[in-house]
Amino acid sequence: MSACAQDASLPHRPAAFPRAGSGWKGEPLRLAALLAPAAAVFAAFFLLPLVRLILIGAGGAEGWSAYLTTLIDPGHLDSLLSTLALSAGVTLVTLAVSTVAGLFLVRHHFPGHALLVALLTFPLAFPGVVIGFMVIMLAGRQGVIGTITQALTGGKLVFAYSMAGLFLGYVYFSIPRVILTVMAAAEKLDPRLEEAARSLGASPWRVVADVILPALKPALISAGALCFATSMGAFGTAFTLATRINVLPMTIYTEFTLQANIAAAAALSVLLGLITWAALAVARSVAGTSVAAAG
Amino acid sequence: MQTLSNRRGLGFWLQLGFTLLVCALLTVPMVMSMLAGLTANYFVGLKSGLTLRWVEEVLRVYSGTILLSLQIAFACLACTLVLGVPTAYALARRPGRIARLVEELLMMPVAIPGLATALALIVTYGGVGDLRSSWLFILIGHVLFTLPFMVRAVLAVMGSIDLTTLEEGAASLGAGFLRRFATVVLPNCRSGILAGSLMVLTLSVGEFNLTWLLHTPLTKTLPVGLADSYASLRIEIGSAYTLVFFLMIVPSLILLQGLSKRGRPSV
Repeated sequence: MSACAQDASLPHRPAAFPRAGSGWKGEPLRLAALLAPAAAVFAAFFLLPLVRLILIGAGGAEGWSAYLTTLIDPGHLDSLLSTLALSAGVTLVTLAVSTVAGLFLVRHHFPGHALLVALLTFPLAFPGVVIGFMVIMLAGRQGVIGTITQALTGGKLVFAYSMAGLFLGYVYFSIPRVILTVMAAAEKLDPRLEEAARSLGASPWRVVADVILPALKPALISAGALCFATSMGAFGTAFTLATRINVLPMTIYTEFTLQANIAAAAALSVLLGLITWAALAVARSVAGTSVAAAG
Repeated sequence: MQTLSNRRGLGFWLQLGFTLLVCALLTVPMVMSMLAGLTANYFVGLKSGLTLRWVEEVLRVYSGTILLSLQIAFACLACTLVLGVPTAYALARRPGRIARLVEELLMMPVAIPGLATALALIVTYGGVGDLRSSWLFILIGHVLFTLPFMVRAVLAVMGSIDLTTLEEGAASLGAGFLRRFATVVLPNCRSGILAGSLMVLTLSVGEFNLTWLLHTPLTKTLPVGLADSYASLRIEIGSAYTLVFFLMIVPSLILLQGLSKRGRPSV
């Protein structure tokens, strides 16, 4: 008997389906063989190195407690806390901005609508270094914001090369993805719910607060977790703006290249990996399997 | 004004204004950097005249990085096709707890920061032969990072068509597995394979988080060169270089947007 017929998740199979020739024999074996190359590459070049990294983090004289020592080192703790604060701030601002824009784009259609959506989702695949350069174009020494503020007030506002610039960069990077998620979720909303609320006398604000936002909650949590994880682990933007910005990826990079403190770099990367992985696990558990992958 | 139409009331215009502002935030720096790459002297402004001088300079100095990035991107595409499409098929054929676990594991290189993956690769394989100084070292990182995007794109399409019935039809006519895979499974997954391929190429050409630690002076990719030029050269060259990068990824981004509009879930 074919193992396939036992599989309850293939409901449409007729019970008395004639097994054609040798085509179905040994299917589990064949599937395992199809999976094998990817599994081998993955195990050799990801799982094994990851285990090695975890062991190196605990490889010093202190053993596993080195993880704790590395974490409570004042410099590292400071960097971890500022990265957490930055990512939380970026997530909140991105969610607010993208929800307003995304809801508007789903609920109103007007000439130029498609172009606007295309432009808003364009920077989706920009690498961190390019995002950093976009921030320099906006808020750098020769940036738009500096030019405008100089014309208006006489003082040049330049904040690209600091935590504020990084904040702008991560919001810039996250907006397209979150807008797409909000739009996809808002398109699935049942318009009758909103009509019912209106007919019962709810004001537009009440409709948004009591009907629309609760319905969007899973999408917002999942998009927010994704945005948080990306902001925690991103490296290119900080690298472009200034190496002095105190965020965890920059700290790891400095420990590794300048201090040659490989154990601390390993321990901090494992810690950072745990945080981003946990945030994405939240995203997946809330949104089921339909969550968009992080870029 | 609000009484004229309740749809186009004050709220509409405020929200439209806000959305346009967000759009400006995203597009103004792109346009500025493209113009800066074509301006003779950015500090003086457009009145200094337009020129292709900076683009030529970038192509002269950095053509090596551009070629290496393309080489890695297409090698990465070949690897993710060979590894990813059979994986997606196996996962689609036997959905369940194990398939979910495999998918979850494959996603890990995306969930974990590239910096951590790169460090792990360096401490494990940095001393093995000449691998550290070879472009293959970067390729390994890119394959790990892009493989889940290929698997997910193909899996999404395989989940939306009735693969079992199609295959059974072919099997009942006597087609063996290889024949079914080549003539039934693959053609039906075209759109997913195409979307996955575009995604893999775009991500590989732009990958920096992993590549910065994995590269050596002899294996500089385009984003590594970009970071170099932003840090050390005049803004016109950085801009012209960014312009070249945009020109490389824009075609695939537009194609991807077109594909997702036709109802395919985008990755």
